[in-house]
Amino acid sequence: MGNLNLKINGDHHPVDAPDHWTLLEVLRYRLDLTGSKQGCDKGDCGACTVLVDGKPELACLLLAGASEGREITTIEGLMPAHRAAGGTGADPVQDAFDRAGALQCGFCQPGMMLSTRALLNEEERPSRERIREALSGNLCRCTGYTQIIQAVELAIHETCGEPVEHPAWAPDQAPWGDAVSTVPGRKGTGSSDTTQGEQA
Amino acid sequence: MKDFEYIQPDSIATATELLAEGDAAWSNVSRRAIAGGQDLFGELKTGIVEVDSLVDLKATGADNTIAVDPSGNLRIGALVKLTDVAELAERGPVASLLAAAALSVASPQIRSQATLGGNLCQRPRCLYYRRPEAICLKKGGDECFAYGGHNKYNAILGGGPSFIVHPSDLAPALVALDAKVTIAGAGGATRELPLADLYTLPSEGDVTRETVLTPSEVLTQVETQLPLVDRMAGTWRSSWQKFRERDGFDFALSAVAMCLRVADRRIVDARVVLGGVAPRPWRSAEAEAALIGQELATHGSAEFDALAVAAGEAALTGAEPLDHNGYKIPLTKGLVRRALQELSR
Ligand SMILES: Cc1cc2nc3c(=O)[nH]c(=O)nc-3n(C[C@@H](O)[C@@H](O)[C@H](O)COP(=O)(O)OP(=O)(O)OC[C@H]3O[C@@H](n4cnc5c(N)ncnc54)[C@H](O)[C@@H]3O)c2cc1C
Ligand code: SF4
Ligand code: FES
Ligand code: FES
Repeated sequence: MGNLNLKINGDHHPVDAPDHWTLLEVLRYRLDLTGSKQGCDKGDCGACTVLVDGKPELACLLLAGASEGREITTIEGLMPAHRAAGGTGADPVQDAFDRAGALQCGFCQPGMMLSTRALLNEEERPSRERIREALSGNLCRCTGYTQIIQAVELAIHETCGEPVEHPAWAPDQAPWGDAVSTVPGRKGTGSSDTTQGEQA
Repeated sequence: MKDFEYIQPDSIATATELLAEGDAAWSNVSRRAIAGGQDLFGELKTGIVEVDSLVDLKATGADNTIAVDPSGNLRIGALVKLTDVAELAERGPVASLLAAAALSVASPQIRSQATLGGNLCQRPRCLYYRRPEAICLKKGGDECFAYGGHNKYNAILGGGPSFIVHPSDLAPALVALDAKVTIAGAGGATRELPLADLYTLPSEGDVTRETVLTPSEVLTQVETQLPLVDRMAGTWRSSWQKFRERDGFDFALSAVAMCLRVADRRIVDARVVLGGVAPRPWRSAEAEAALIGQELATHGSAEFDALAVAAGEAALTGAEPLDHNGYKIPLTKGLVRRALQELSR
């Protein structure tokens, strides 16, 4: 049953919805995938960001009917995809956002994390400028963005096992002080090492 | 959104036939083309546009490729996504100008859905146009509310009786590259136009429209035609300058697309096209005349300064600001100077 057949987070979802419904409406009001947020509903905020064939797109400006035959990833699919690829725990991006405190109300967070995931799938070590560019379509009215950039750089740092070039955080305030020590072949006692970029 | 039928035709020919069935004056068309939807959904959601059906051009499988000819000019399908234009290798004056203009459009998400054709045919952003309760000239009413109202974002050149600015960033860049467009109509008809002639001023034609397209016509291709190879010596350089109120992403308060052909530091040919200041991409013959024949002096010299002032003054010939947009005059002169500065390196 269903006039539409959508592929979301790897699963096929037959669903009935009127022609004029957006993908965001179908996700939230037919499939109960409410992780994608309805903020402005007109392209300004990025809270509805989903990945379509790997690229970040706005679910509020995309007809459900136009997303048939394409691979849709919502925030609900991030952890399962990470585990299916052999990982443990949550996607490193989700984990980093959590530990860097990159949220207050959390409304922007699913979109932020999906834009970050798309960026990191394309580039292993994006510069801070690239990170800002990639997240420029996701508005946050709470954090002031600093911890969000920190979270992305933390995810990069941990994934690549390398120091970030210009860490955004103050050296002795980093909440992940022991993260560096998990990197094989590096002496690691805290993020101050990271700021100096010392090699073991 | 009001409900509508969503149609996915399998070719441009079918699409134009379908559009022709709803053919009428623009004021009462009930069926419209949609590409990326990044502009049209805004209109449908606020209710300033209502349709019974949408014809999705993306479903036609029409040309969505970019081809580079040996000289460096580009042929781009109207359905190419802006992300792909922004990722053009910055090789040569044509590709780098277009890539810079595309990268300055909206946000990454919007660029991955937005198409080139949709960007060129997008509707105005005038605050009154976008408000359903304001029935101004552009929407068939009999008054321009911006003229005596909130006009910070409106036109300083070519305005009247409507004072919209054309919101597209790709349009001024492509006009500066001598682009022509291919248009498909019902019954297999096609025509070609210089992109500059696609656009009309509110005083010239139908004040409710920005282009000469009929409701059943669609853009299929854009081709740049900058004379990269001819007998005249010299090489082209290009610069895109866009100023926006909010740096994350925003429409242009003013923008300048400039191409200069330089031989032995002398400017032998020029294109200067302004965006964000007029109801259509504003090619300034005056600014081009002020540049051609002059020496492209190094930035910092008195000669450079004189040239930048002269070109800036010339570009704003005839500018008539409204109550709240006088700032666009010095802003645009500043962008002309920045473009020259970049090109004088
Ligand atoms: C938040 C936000 C910020 C934006 N910022 C910018 C910006 O900075 N710069 C900028 O230039 N734009 C900006 N835009 C406008 C953006 O919608 C366009 O840039 C986009 O390229 C439109 O393309 P589309 O394919 O989505 O068009 P659609 O929305 O599908 O179509 C737009 C219009 O063109 C018509 N149309 C579409 N394709 C064709 C065709 N091939 N032939 C004839 N008619 C056609 C449609 O019927 C419709 O009327 C912004 C939009 C939003 C929502
Ligand atoms: S500038 Fe044009 S769109 Fe804006 S109020 Fe005047 S007539 Fe309407
Ligand atoms: S809800 Fe889609 S951009 Fe704001
Ligand atoms: S945490 Fe509240 S909007 Fe970003």
